[in-house]
Amino acid sequence: MSETLAHKRPAGLNVLIYGFIVFWVILAAFPFLWTVWGSFKVEADFFSRESWWNALFGTNTIRQTGAAFTGDGYYGAWVTRDFWRAAGNTIVVTLFVTIISLTFGTLGGYALARSGRNYAFWILIAALIFRAMPHITLVSGYLLPFFQLNIWGVLPTSIIVLVAINQPFTLWMLHSFFLSIPKDLDESAMVDGCTRFQAFRLVIMPVMWPGVVTTGLFSFLLGYNDFAVTAMLLSADNQTMVPKISSFLGSVQEAGNVMYAVAAVVSATVPLFILVLFFQRQIVSGLTAGAVKG
Amino acid sequence: MPHKTFFAFVMPSLIAMVLFIALPIVSVVVQSLYVAHDRVMVQVENCQPFGGCSTELRVDAAATAELQAEQPLGKFNGLGTYFNRAHLAFDELGVILQTNRGLGDIWNRVLNLPFYKGLIFTLVYCFVVTPLAMALGFGIALAVNALPKVTKGPIIFFSLLPMIITPLVGSLILYWMLSPNGILGATIQHLFNDPTLSLRASPGLTWIALLLYGVWTNGPFSFVVFYAGLQTVPADTLESAMIDGASRWERIRYVIVPHLMPLATFVALVQLMDNFRVFEPIVGFSAEANATSLSWLIFNDLSGDTQQFGSAGATSVLTIIGVVILLSPVLVRTWREFKLKVV
Repeated sequence: MSETLAHKRPAGLNVLIYGFIVFWVILAAFPFLWTVWGSFKVEADFFSRESWWNALFGTNTIRQTGAAFTGDGYYGAWVTRDFWRAAGNTIVVTLFVTIISLTFGTLGGYALARSGRNYAFWILIAALIFRAMPHITLVSGYLLPFFQLNIWGVLPTSIIVLVAINQPFTLWMLHSFFLSIPKDLDESAMVDGCTRFQAFRLVIMPVMWPGVVTTGLFSFLLGYNDFAVTAMLLSADNQTMVPKISSFLGSVQEAGNVMYAVAAVVSATVPLFILVLFFQRQIVSGLTAGAVKG
Repeated sequence: MPHKTFFAFVMPSLIAMVLFIALPIVSVVVQSLYVAHDRVMVQVENCQPFGGCSTELRVDAAATAELQAEQPLGKFNGLGTYFNRAHLAFDELGVILQTNRGLGDIWNRVLNLPFYKGLIFTLVYCFVVTPLAMALGFGIALAVNALPKVTKGPIIFFSLLPMIITPLVGSLILYWMLSPNGILGATIQHLFNDPTLSLRASPGLTWIALLLYGVWTNGPFSFVVFYAGLQTVPADTLESAMIDGASRWERIRYVIVPHLMPLATFVALVQLMDNFRVFEPIVGFSAEANATSLSWLIFNDLSGDTQQFGSAGATSVLTIIGVVILLSPVLVRTWREFKLKVV
């Protein structure tokens, strides 16, 4: 429809539309491109007091390192400051958060979608309220008990906390995906002699994969992007990437090596780029799946 | 589905939510009623040339470590923490109301109270960013919808980036660009020809930068939802509006906007909920001198050398009350719908 209308549009409006889109794409993409570019320069270039042309041509980078691009920031962050360890922790945390969230979520979401009773409704409402809780308020409730139980600072604690925080959202999303699968399917399986669990596992799950993948992406993002939980619940050795980056800010900025933080930031952004590149369709469908995000 | 099967299925996720969401809320409420044990205090007088003198209490932590280990919660304080200067500060508010020199004075002095400073910024962030981000998203959705098909994919790809990015990372990226040595910060100084203009020095500029970050990172969500909504606008209605002589603007105003209204309510709700917990940008922008939020106050209480669980608990409880107030329209509506369904 839009294409048939396109040539009817007055030229002025077309200019406006294209201008606005170009403006937005620059606004959305330029900060990332600029930071990626700048991460291969020295600090005097990326944070140039004289002119940002320095960052483009790498004037000081050439003077200090002999080439227009340098990997010093990356070397400093990954090797000198042990960013690789944080990256490893992030992989462990996000992997387990995603797997456990999906396991719990598919079981729960399925039952909520198939039970028409009042308590199922109330569980969903409670989940909605839980979904709105700022994570840091919950964290302030964890700290003291975790100190007492001596489980503070380790990865499994953070993983299970992130799983729990993620449950309300996962339940809602999977619940609505399960609702879209006809009831007849599992009911006929049960008539044929399956138990409820067999029907769930052998009949429903195979057709649920698109929903599971989409929900999994959002679980992954929650674990990956989290700062409040991982910053407060992990000891310095077990930090994931995001709290590690924030710890760079405290110590590195004084040492005059912001470029470590810039390199770490770029490193942490790359997996997200790849994720959007491959799963754009699923992310969009997840966002638009109606009441899903609430 | 029989009760037993239902609960067998829901149990893992229910246990996780009860243990790590419901119980911590209880724990936060309990914590907020306690304060740290009395400690050995050292009084220090702090005099400034024009600010007058203020006495400051310094804590000797070692002396009370043992007592702390026995009763980790501290001593019972009732609602005391809620009313002290760092939280609701009713006494201080009363004084301000009685002895102020006009509205500007009230505003400045209220902003000096930590809780209100955080609350005001949180609310401003919520209610400025949400509508602006939705307007931006709607604008992008309309514009992208008018583009030829081939260009849509790449544009959606780039549009998703500000939303999908880790909040702390996203705010750092913008902060570096806006800092006086960064590309945007330097350009702004150059444009206004004022070399002292910087985020750190100007509260106004800090607020604007944080709000801009909010719109930048929230806009794409509205865009994606509205763009999906635009695909479902009935073509017949649009055509008949055209035949009836509706202009482009009128078609948007009277056909498209009403059609997207339910989606807009949904987006507004989700965005308000998310924006109410604004936190990472304040860390990323190192904005705490000029702008704080409720979540940041809790974080700050918890991350110092002496962790103030009581204070963090009280702010948390007040924040949770705020969330419930924000959510109440939705809860009431859901409740009504549910009653209707039952009847």
